[in-house]
Amino acid sequence: MTRQKVLVLYLANSALDSPVVAWAVYDGTGETRPMAGDNDDPPYRTGADALRDGWRLFQASQILPHPRGEEFDLAYLKYEFFFEQLVETVA
Amino acid sequence: MSEQPVLLDSLQMARFVARGFLRFDGVVPDEINRQFLTEVGEAAEPEPGRKVMRAFGELLGQAEIPEVAAGAPLSATYPQGSAIRRLLDLPLVKGAIESLAGPDPIFDHHFLHVTFPPAYHEAGGGENVSQHTHQDSTVDPSKGFDLQIMYYPHKVTREMGGTRFIPGTHLRKVSEVALGRYQNMRGQQHMVCEAGTLLFLHNGLWHGGGVNHADRTRTMFKIRMNPSEPQVRRWDMTTLPAPNPRPIFYVKSAQPETVESILMAPEPWFEQDTGRLEFVNRIKLWRHLSGNLGYDADHWMSRLENPARA
Repeated sequence: MTRQKVLVLYLANSALDSPVVAWAVYDGTGETRPMAGDNDDPPYRTGADALRDGWRLFQASQILPHPRGEEFDLAYLKYEFFFEQLVETVA
Repeated sequence: MSEQPVLLDSLQMARFVARGFLRFDGVVPDEINRQFLTEVGEAAEPEPGRKVMRAFGELLGQAEIPEVAAGAPLSATYPQGSAIRRLLDLPLVKGAIESLAGPDPIFDHHFLHVTFPPAYHEAGGGENVSQHTHQDSTVDPSKGFDLQIMYYPHKVTREMGGTRFIPGTHLRKVSEVALGRYQNMRGQQHMVCEAGTLLFLHNGLWHGGGVNHADRTRTMFKIRMNPSEPQVRRWDMTTLPAPNPRPIFYVKSAQPETVESILMAPEPWFEQDTGRLEFVNRIKLWRHLSGNLGYDADHWMSRLENPARA
């Protein structure tokens, strides 16, 4: 059976080789149970480092313009990159 | 008669504006901590088939903490002699509340947060996981803020989890747990502390309960309060220095700690561009709290508001 592992990296700007500022891991194999607050050190220094380690990028956030009058409003992290690994598991 | 409040000074206020919290370790006397834990009582031992939420509900039901409707004066919320009343009457606590929320704040709500150890989850068939990171209440575009106090009546070790929070996230306008996807952020902190520690939080600060891997429950009591008057110039204003612009970018030596240096200190999770917008938003909050609508730090607003290029 094939299962998916997902890595979400939030970077310091829209470049894939910029530093990781936040991250999340979801493990479809069930071998690990990542959760909020489980690690204070990022798994990679940059998004490009994740590519070099075999993670496949499948989604990146758009770079959007700032609506007039809302230029200083901040909400969610901007530079979100989704990666995956497909893992063969025993049924 | 209780003692006079000890108001916050300007550097403490700047730290709160910049980072969204102030932490005071071990400031609540042990006698009050013990009284509070006695008033709360102990959770019943884990039983096979009994869900954690049921054990939690029983504990909430037995605790000697009053049920109070939102909107009452905070000063009338807790009976004289109760542990929380005594805590709120400590000069440091009174002063921090007055500095941050202003006089006569309004009680919003309180809650007894109890995080159960693995044995309870195993007995009840549930999963022992941390709480998703979130911002309390709902999207809040107001200029001021509500104050939240988190009280840790016993020692908290890292194994017990502790409240996780991310300094500097409080000025982001988000919708509660919509940000739950962010499992970890650079610079996140975990409340590992001595008994009697207090955390004063801006209501916007992102946080969540850590998973408890120890063999005892973890208890934290939270009180949220609303200001009843504008939160303007409520701290010890004798400590507010005159504006003193400092060199920016091209700086040859370390500069002293000032209101400006605190407001302009980045957090490890800052994005490179929006980190500068965080500075702008800190300046705006400082303008509001200080009543100085022309205040600036490191020229960020003066550059944008230059009337010559309006």
